[in-house]
Amino acid sequence: MGIPFGYVLALAGIVTVLGMICTAARRNLIMMLLGVEIMLNGAAIAFIAAALRWQQLEGQAFVLFIIAIAAAEVSLGLALIVYLYHRTGSLNPEDYRVLK
Amino acid sequence: MTLFNMLFFAIAALIVASTALAITRRNLVHAVIYLIFGFFGSAFLFYLFGSPFLAALMVIVYAGAIMILFLFIIMMLRVEAPEERLFPLRQMLPAVFLAAAYMVIGGLLLINDPSAGASLTEARTEPAAFGRYIFTQSWLAVEITSLLLLVAIIGALLVGKRPLKGDEE
Repeated sequence: MGIPFGYVLALAGIVTVLGMICTAARRNLIMMLLGVEIMLNGAAIAFIAAALRWQQLEGQAFVLFIIAIAAAEVSLGLALIVYLYHRTGSLNPEDYRVLK
Repeated sequence: MTLFNMLFFAIAALIVASTALAITRRNLVHAVIYLIFGFFGSAFLFYLFGSPFLAALMVIVYAGAIMILFLFIIMMLRVEAPEERLFPLRQMLPAVFLAAAYMVIGGLLLINDPSAGASLTEARTEPAAFGRYIFTQSWLAVEITSLLLLVAIIGALLVGKRPLKGDEE
């Protein structure tokens, strides 16, 4: 008697939707990037559950790459955020109205 | 109800609670700390689902490096200006509407899916077996990922350098 696969998928979906709300509704670039991290976390949970469900290692390999890509994305994203903050003095995406 | 199930439900509640707390915090430092707890929950879940290596990696890389990078940036920029409203209504309504739509449709999909009831039982992947799999079956992806990390480092260096030049002109 184990855990139904659907429960784990539901958990992954809830986490992903929370990240989506964070990305779409917050008005702070750092919080929006955190929302992307939460979404990646939800995807990783789904992959691990699928790896256990079908007893294949592909799912776990994918989670390894998700972690690596999250690291790359965060380093570049935070560098861009620092750059934008120095340029405009604000973290609110609505303040970025100047193209130059 | 076995211990495996109880652990799963406890960890799931922890993950959802700390993530929900994280996305509603006004203070960025508190949000990051709550999210670190959420990632610890994910690490527990990975351990429960039989991949101790990925659980360790989750703690080391995600909670230990990525979130601490966020903390560094928050403390470096000293963003004290609080948002006037936590969730501006103009942005909140579409987000909540979309989230509710996705939850309803996803729930219906899961209920209708006959294979969603397949139960997960305990299994364990030894880190050595996992490493052998990674470096024999998907070595090309490993190389591409390392190249991507190199590109990210170079890009971050380039972007981080530029505002100094912009100030001088």
